[in-house]
Amino acid sequence: MRVILIGGSKTVYFLARGFVQRRYHVTIINRDPVRSRELAQTTKATVVLGEGTDINRLEEAGARQADILLALTSKDQDNLIACQIAQRKFGIPRTIALVNDPENEAVFKQLGVQMAFSATRIIASIIEQETDFDDITNMMSLAQGRVNIIDVRLDKDSPAIGKTLTELELTDNALIACIIRNNVMIVPRGLTRLEVNDHLLLISDPQHQKQNLIVLTGHYT
Amino acid sequence: MAQSKHIIVVGCGRLGGLLATRLSHSGHKIVVIDKREAAFDKLSADFSGFRFVGDVTELSILRQADIEHADYLFAVTTLDNTNLMVAQVARHIFHVPHVVARVFDPLREAVYCDFGIQTISPTKLALENFMSCVL
Repeated sequence: MRVILIGGSKTVYFLARGFVQRRYHVTIINRDPVRSRELAQTTKATVVLGEGTDINRLEEAGARQADILLALTSKDQDNLIACQIAQRKFGIPRTIALVNDPENEAVFKQLGVQMAFSATRIIASIIEQETDFDDITNMMSLAQGRVNIIDVRLDKDSPAIGKTLTELELTDNALIACIIRNNVMIVPRGLTRLEVNDHLLLISDPQHQKQNLIVLTGHYT
Repeated sequence: MAQSKHIIVVGCGRLGGLLATRLSHSGHKIVVIDKREAAFDKLSADFSGFRFVGDVTELSILRQADIEHADYLFAVTTLDNTNLMVAQVARHIFHVPHVVARVFDPLREAVYCDFGIQTISPTKLALENFMSCVL
């Protein structure tokens, strides 16, 4: 696996180190001479000094043979152009960009970047989820946000207590995959009755998540 | 003169300032955007358009400049990548009919000229002019 990283942040450093350990061939492109020397000494990656959107520097970094390019600078425009040149000029099959303005996530995808992620949006959504639900302790997002897996605890006020699963009015795209009761896992059937302190593993699409949580906990905010 | 057009000029350096001033003289509605307020010193005193301070890599700034109704967008900041990004966003996200970006790096320009973005490379133009002086 041949990886090109653009940028000089801590993220670039830790990714480079991790990739080198996995025996990937790693090249970093960084514009700052001092930081470049540091990265070369601490990561065992090859470091090319220059701009990640400079075609000659990309060539030097082995863009023709690269399998994946990650553009991780603090400038959205530089990350976008690096990914586009990587694809169009060098045919790198996978490109990933960091975006700062959350709105640019969708823009980048529309402009051909395969994966764009916004740290701002990820952190904001973590905080939102933490403050919204006390009884929801854990949440995982899969398939680029199209599926959520949520751990819901039923407290004594939950409207779902005493009901069977078939009596719950969950939406079509939702499923209770498992119940944890007194630390024992139960695979639920339609007639399984819910009790106080049950932990439910709910699988839902984000669009209907709110509605399903109301069915299980009685509240949303 | 034909119907007045809504034109956005991104970047108010030497070129942007002149371009915006000239276009405003021909009766068009001009919005000029720059990151720094001091850049608007480049506009002549009789510039009759709108000045707008903001970072054009943010969608919300472009919306505030009424990009949805723009007929033309000229991206002439000093940074190639900013120009290429804002030009593509204008063309492919907001469907501005006419978009032109200044790109200094001729190699980078070559990658974009066949992707629906009109580009002008001052480096290439100057090179051709110099070469024609010799021959």
